[in-house]
Amino acid sequence: MFTGGVYDMLKAVQNLVNNVVKRLFSKKKDYRLGLYGPPNGGKTTIANRICQDWLGESMGNVSNVAHETREIQIKEQITMKSKGKELAFNLVDTPGIATKVDYEDFLKQGLKEKEAKRRAKEATKGIIDAIKWLDDMDAVIIVLDATKDPYSQVNITIVGNLQARDIPVVLVANKIDLKKADMKRIEAAFPQYRVVGVSAKYGTNIDEFYKALFEVVD
Amino acid sequence: MLTLQYIPHHEIENLDSNKRIKKLLKNVKENKILLVEGRLKREEETELIKRTMEDIDDSFKGIELGVIHPNKSNLPFFNKMKRVFIDFLLGDRQGLTIIGPATVVKEIKQDPDKIQLLTSNIEEAQVGLDKKK
Repeated sequence: MFTGGVYDMLKAVQNLVNNVVKRLFSKKKDYRLGLYGPPNGGKTTIANRICQDWLGESMGNVSNVAHETREIQIKEQITMKSKGKELAFNLVDTPGIATKVDYEDFLKQGLKEKEAKRRAKEATKGIIDAIKWLDDMDAVIIVLDATKDPYSQVNITIVGNLQARDIPVVLVANKIDLKKADMKRIEAAFPQYRVVGVSAKYGTNIDEFYKALFEVVD
Repeated sequence: MLTLQYIPHHEIENLDSNKRIKKLLKNVKENKILLVEGRLKREEETELIKRTMEDIDDSFKGIELGVIHPNKSNLPFFNKMKRVFIDFLLGDRQGLTIIGPATVVKEIKQDPDKIQLLTSNIEEAQVGLDKKK
């Protein structure tokens, strides 16, 4: 029986070997870039921004009600170009990961009970799917709401899992147009990553985000 | 009434991930707030969230989860190496995991140095856990 430290070390080595083998021997056609984060961080707004900028079309609906995205959504064959380089990928927008889903929260948003329960059920299924898809990502954009506390266990768990899987990460602090946005707090919470502050809604600093994406994924 | 249950590491260390998560969820569903010695493995944390989602119904709304773990990043080099060595020996025994039912624990606020539990019944129950200790 290994202690946890040894187990983690062996697991990390195993993941590293698996990734190297996967990269060497798989005929990789589709590079998968995932959008992960807690609900209402702005994942779909960023997905829409990327799709508008590089495909000229939207990806999904956005709303102020949490769990608007309850199914995995994929936009295939997006190609970004910058300084003679190309980055081709399938963009995977995932439902926000949470540890609780209460249908009564949807009632408060004005939904009828039956609809609220259906939505809650779909949200739980969406979270399960998002977790299952973690293994299939080649790189991940973590989207956090810059006005919210970054030290939530969901954020820490997502980051920890991506680190353990050796998956490249771009950490985006969204909604920097809002007064309560606090980039420094997010940078302090995740010092291992470069944090790019953006407003996906208004396109603020979006070029910096694309630059970071090229640097991490390249 | 608020029930806190302490789960020492030896109670779960010999269980496989499946049984470990099952045990924790069973206790949480009994409306207990669990103080688990040490922390779950990273993949166990995601599995716990996944299994929680599978079990959600009209009465069980999910969990609140918080982990407090010694922070190595701000330590001087020698102390950092010492902590790495301790990590190697003790592994997941270090730190503290708090899991509570979402109907009882409204929110777990984590700070680098402390954890606060905001409960539904009590205005605010603060568990002042200092990571440096």
